Order: sequence, then C-alpha cells, then structure tokens
Amino acid sequence: MSAPASQQQQPPAPTSSLRLIATLGVIALISGLLVVSVVELTRPIIAENQRAALRAGVLKVIPGAEQRRDYVLTGSGLVPKAQAAASGPVVHAGYDADGDFRGVAIEAAGRGYAGTIRLLYGYDPAREEIVGMTVLESKETPGLGDRIETDPQFKANFKDLEASLGPEGEALAHPIRTVEPGESDEPGEIDGITGATISSNAVGRILDNSAGSLLPRLAPHWSDLQGER
Amino acid sequence: MATKRDEQPITLDTFLSGIWRENPVFVMLLGMCPVLAVTNTVANALAMGLATTFVLLCSTALVSVLRRLIPKEVRIAAYIVIIATFVTVVDYLIQAISLEIYNALGAFIQLIVVNCMILGRAEAFASRNGVLRTVVNSLGMGAGFTLALLCLGSVRELLGAGTLLGVPVFGEGFEPWVVMLLPPGGFFVLGGWLLLFAWIKERRQAHAATQEVAADER
Repeated sequence: MSAPASQQQQPPAPTSSLRLIATLGVIALISGLLVVSVVELTRPIIAENQRAALRAGVLKVIPGAEQRRDYVLTGSGLVPKAQAAASGPVVHAGYDADGDFRGVAIEAAGRGYAGTIRLLYGYDPAREEIVGMTVLESKETPGLGDRIETDPQFKANFKDLEASLGPEGEALAHPIRTVEPGESDEPGEIDGITGATISSNAVGRILDNSAGSLLPRLAPHWSDLQGER
Repeated sequence: MATKRDEQPITLDTFLSGIWRENPVFVMLLGMCPVLAVTNTVANALAMGLATTFVLLCSTALVSVLRRLIPKEVRIAAYIVIIATFVTVVDYLIQAISLEIYNALGAFIQLIVVNCMILGRAEAFASRNGVLRTVVNSLGMGAGFTLALLCLGSVRELLGAGTLLGVPVFGEGFEPWVVMLLPPGGFFVLGGWLLLFAWIKERRQAHAATQEVAADER
C-alpha cells in the first residue's frame, strides 16, 4: 500500500509556489468547466422532471381531477397565472373530464428533521377537507423519516382531513396537528408514524401553517375557479 | 515521480483485492458514514454503492492521469477538488435520471465527498499507478463497497421491514424490528458481518497453519 520507504525519506524537492498555484488553478478550471457543462446539460431535464412531478402530484392529490389550471392569488382575487401581473401564492385548480371544478392543490413547505420538506396538498372547498397529500421534496432519513412519503397508513390520513374555517372565517376551526399513532379522534388530527415522529409532526405543522394562512384568504374567491364549460 | 509500481502487471488480483482481501468496508473499515446511514433498504444501498463507484472510478482515473503533474505539496487539495467535482456531477445526473431516487438518498449523495475510501484510493493507489491499473482496481473497490452495502442493506430491510426491495418476504404475522432501520441497527448488522469475516479469516489462517505443520513433519 505505501510507497517504498527509501522514496519517502528523500528530502522533498521544494516546488515553487507559482507551480503549486498554477496546478491548483488548472485543476479548478477543469473542475469548473466539467461542473458547468453537466449543470447546463441536465438543467432542462431536471426542470422537466420537476414539472412532471408537480403535474402528476396535482392530479394525484385532487381525486377525480384530470386537468389543471394555475391561478395566482393576488389582492383582487384569483387570476389565471398567465395573466397575473403581481406575484402571489400559486393555486393549482383541478377539473374533471367534464370541466367541473374538483378542488385545488397548494404547495407548502417547512422544516422537517433534515432540511426543508416541500409538499403538495389537495383541498376540496365543497367538503372543506384536505383530500390528498404528496411529498414533492424532502431530505428526511431514508427508511425512517421518508415514510411520510410511502407509509400507506400515514397517507390514509389525508383522504378526508377536516380543514374547515371557524365562524369568523379567519382561521381554521380545528388546528391541524399530528398526534401519536392511532390516537386521532378529533377533527384535524393526523395519526403519526412510529420512528418518524419529527417528520410526521412536521407534515402536520406545514399543513396547519399553509391551510391556516391561505384558506381564509382563498375562501371569498372559490367562485373564480368554478368550471368553464 | 515514476515508481516501480507503474510497471506492475494488471492481474485478476488487482480487481479482486477490493472485493475480498482489501474490502473497503469489511477489512479496511473505510467510509463508515454512508455504510451505516443509507443501508436501511436494499434499493438505497444499491443506489449509494453505484453512485460511490462512479465517483471513485472517475476521480481515481483523473488523479492517475494527472499524477505526474500534481506537486506533492498540494496533492490532497487537488484530489479533494477532483472528488468534489465528480460528486457534484453525480448529484445532477441522479436528479436528471430520477427525482425519486434523488429524494430517497437525501443528503447522502453530497456526502460522498467525505467518503475517506475515495481519498484513500486516490492517495494510496491512483497516485502511484497507471490509468488502466487504477481503473481496474477502482472497479474492484467499488464492487466491494457496493456488495458490502448490499450485505448490510438486505439484512436490515429484511429484519427491519420484513421486505426485500420493497417486496414482502414474511407473512402477515411478521412484526418488523424497527430498531434495524434505526442507526443502532446499522451498528448491530455491521458488527455481525465483521464477526463473520473475522471468523472466516481466522479459520483460513488456522487451516493454513495446520497444513504447514503437516508439510514440515513430512
């Protein structure tokens, strides 16, 4: 494994600083070129992958939806994304094959156990329930925290999770939160996952923050989204 | 800087040493961070093994090509830059191939850069050997590393979740040992495999010793 001893005992021939700097400079240059070309090459593919994931996600979290239109929530209500001048939260509206409005998909993010969790949830204003949830991006521990993406029992929580607004319409009637596995009995409670407490709690918190702040603002504008036959 | 090693022939052992005699995980105990962290399922272990092999192969090959141009004083810095480059490359490639795999491996792709096995190979082998010999050796080391990850991953997924590659193996009645998926499970299983390897090695040595004695008596 090691070099012959005689070679190591030779007094090291001093190398000029200029050569050291030049060598590292050249190596850094090659590295930079390589990284830049790979980034340039993969950027369109990665962007397409992310678009595809979002597209598939929107249709997955709104049961019955087969097409979608993107809207932006601005001061004057929900504006189709293409016409929106001001920026604001994006809402993906899902419609079934007949063009009937089935619900919206909203992207939300927050801190998980390791880095940010980005997720997409579906909300049906008619039922006032969260009707689906999928994780778009997370760095949760493989095999443990990432079960928020795969655990069927956990995902079943989001088929009909109550998220109705309180009497004043300014906040959720029941906060959304994650409780111990098998102990959810109140509206808005999510059954957690054993061994993934922090990650599953984070999902509850992210949903609560996003739904709690966005739904009251969206509530007056649901009619903007009704299907155009 | 040419040394005698440059002329050494490429033998089957150049490749096989990484799998058995100098296995990076079970014999040299290198790169323990990914070994313990991502081996809780077979799929993760395989993806991590392949990604590490790719980085190992590319960076040792480049180090071997440049070995005469890199002054001794800055060799570690040069190796790290080269390794970091290929880790970034593999990071983007995996994102382009499948976002699902990328999300499953989490932060561990970026952490390949601190896998001491790769720096170790660059320093101990690539900087003293020709490109072809280095590539063959790196392939063996990568295969040995991937195999070791699979050894751990399959045991941990089997006991911790009752599945292999996501397919249920045991019947409904199986109660998974969640601890096997947790970090302590990684240490338990690694310990078990090291025990097995040490036992096989000892038995072989004992066997060889008795044969020598027998030969002496004759």
